[in-house]
Amino acid sequence: MMRTISLIAYHVFKESVRDKVLYNLVLFALLMIGASYLVGQLTAGQDIKIIKDLGLAASGVFGLFIAVFIGVGLVWKEVDKRSVYNLLVKPLGRPQFIAGKFIGLALTLLANLAVMAAAVYLVLAVMGWSQPALARGAQVEAPVIDPNLLKAFALIYVQLLVVTAIALFFSTFSSPMLSAALTFGLYVVGHFNADLAHFENVVKSPLAAGVARGLYYLLPNLAPFDVKAAVVHGLPVPAEYIILTAGYGLLYAAALLAAAMLIFSRRDFK
Amino acid sequence: MSAHADAAVGRPGARQGAVALTAVALMLAAALGLQSRREQRFPAGGTGSTSPLLYLTSGDAASRVALSLRPLMADIYWIRAIQHYGDTRLSKDPGKQYSALYPLLDLATSLDPHFTIAYRFGAIFLAEPFPDGPGRVDQAIALLNKGLAADPARWQYAQDAGFVYYWWLQDYKTASEWFRRASEIAGAPWWLRSMAATTSVQGGDRKTSRILWMQLFDTSDDEWVKTSARLKLAQLDGLDEIDRLATLVQQYEQIAHRFPGTWEALRALGLIGAVPTDPGGEPYVLDARAPGGVTVARTSKLYPLPAQFVRKAGPPR
Repeated sequence: MMRTISLIAYHVFKESVRDKVLYNLVLFALLMIGASYLVGQLTAGQDIKIIKDLGLAASGVFGLFIAVFIGVGLVWKEVDKRSVYNLLVKPLGRPQFIAGKFIGLALTLLANLAVMAAAVYLVLAVMGWSQPALARGAQVEAPVIDPNLLKAFALIYVQLLVVTAIALFFSTFSSPMLSAALTFGLYVVGHFNADLAHFENVVKSPLAAGVARGLYYLLPNLAPFDVKAAVVHGLPVPAEYIILTAGYGLLYAAALLAAAMLIFSRRDFK
Repeated sequence: MSAHADAAVGRPGARQGAVALTAVALMLAAALGLQSRREQRFPAGGTGSTSPLLYLTSGDAASRVALSLRPLMADIYWIRAIQHYGDTRLSKDPGKQYSALYPLLDLATSLDPHFTIAYRFGAIFLAEPFPDGPGRVDQAIALLNKGLAADPARWQYAQDAGFVYYWWLQDYKTASEWFRRASEIAGAPWWLRSMAATTSVQGGDRKTSRILWMQLFDTSDDEWVKTSARLKLAQLDGLDEIDRLATLVQQYEQIAHRFPGTWEALRALGLIGAVPTDPGGEPYVLDARAPGGVTVARTSKLYPLPAQFVRKAGPPR
């Protein structure tokens, strides 16, 4: 079973490379190099902070677009091209098919994020080396080459896995356009989710407050994955926080994946 | 693939490609021409907006809209604040206004509540008197208070608030209280405690001022702040030099029983070797109405000297 899943995952990864998804890395590298030059002209000594902010933000945004736009097409494309029939007549379970697709995209995202993180560190190293005065000033808050940035990258990755699971979930029963809209919608809602937890403070109806609290638990809570500002300012991000947040993300993604498997298993392709 | 083969599969040939490229270039050039014409005809953008710098005015709203891009948006607003400050400062328009400066800094610090530089140097920009800044000491203090609320362990904000009271308001009692408050925060340097005591007892003095400006100069990478600190340090050096020259003028008066009209008169008595110049390279001016009889030229980069310290250059004549 694992071999089948890894075969599908490998094909998703290969296909994304063939679809020139990795071109975004070239764009990212150009963005970072261009920004490192431009911010020096504009930002009054905040170059290191801004490169860190930009690198982390761009990694998240680039990853988000890959997760959504590839994620929503993963299942739909196979159904649309009718290649799913050829796949499913083989000794391949539908849940395995979904798992393989998810793992393949997760690998693509991991490869992307790893290269983007390396590019950020490289640009920071060059800036620190070429402008020692700037680096000294920046080090008051956090080291230029700060290993703690990896904490932010790690949580960005887990957040992208949640988004991928959402996209894949929707793609099992709706068109790519609708799936993308719903995934982006949930991504935005996920950042406002914490407001739902304390809805009883603003509404009188216990029923409305109860529904809001229910939605709080049901919808993804994506805001806690954002520790970018904290790591850039050298504020502590405890390992326990990372473990709890990443654990929540992985379990939420797994739950969505299970739901996607269930829906896909019951789907009639006749 | 040959041109014939290209045509067979519907691909454009070299000639068609060149025509297409020329068409692209022509259309882009025409679009740029229209844009340039529009910019000439409607330099303000033609939208009627009074503040083209602000898309959002509420820090809370901006924080919500930014989702996970808050730090990056804070950087963008910080860059805009610097550009607004720089452009307005360089503007020759007598009616210029720094109206967007505080809202921009407020947005930057709402989006990134730990944006140390935006609080610290933003306060310096805000406190700078017109025409070099808006002269809004109240907003500078408000910004620093906001910083302290977000990060109570950041003693630098309290020190900067003391500095604003010390330098711009000459309110040495409140300045001393802020320095004391800063010194009580864990990790604050030892000299803040003595600065609080000195300011409380002696009020403003050049030594304390020099320490504060030096500190600002050393901790800033912002060219505006560095230039400002450099100027203030040069003014303090100039005031020390004026003290020395005032003594020489006094010696001349004791010998010649009159105020020297020119530096040449002092040189003739061997009191100076050459015409003394201020740190900006401009010769000092002998002026019987000035305290100590010496001041800087109106054309000097150091003009006007900080009023609170000029009186210490010598007794009024």
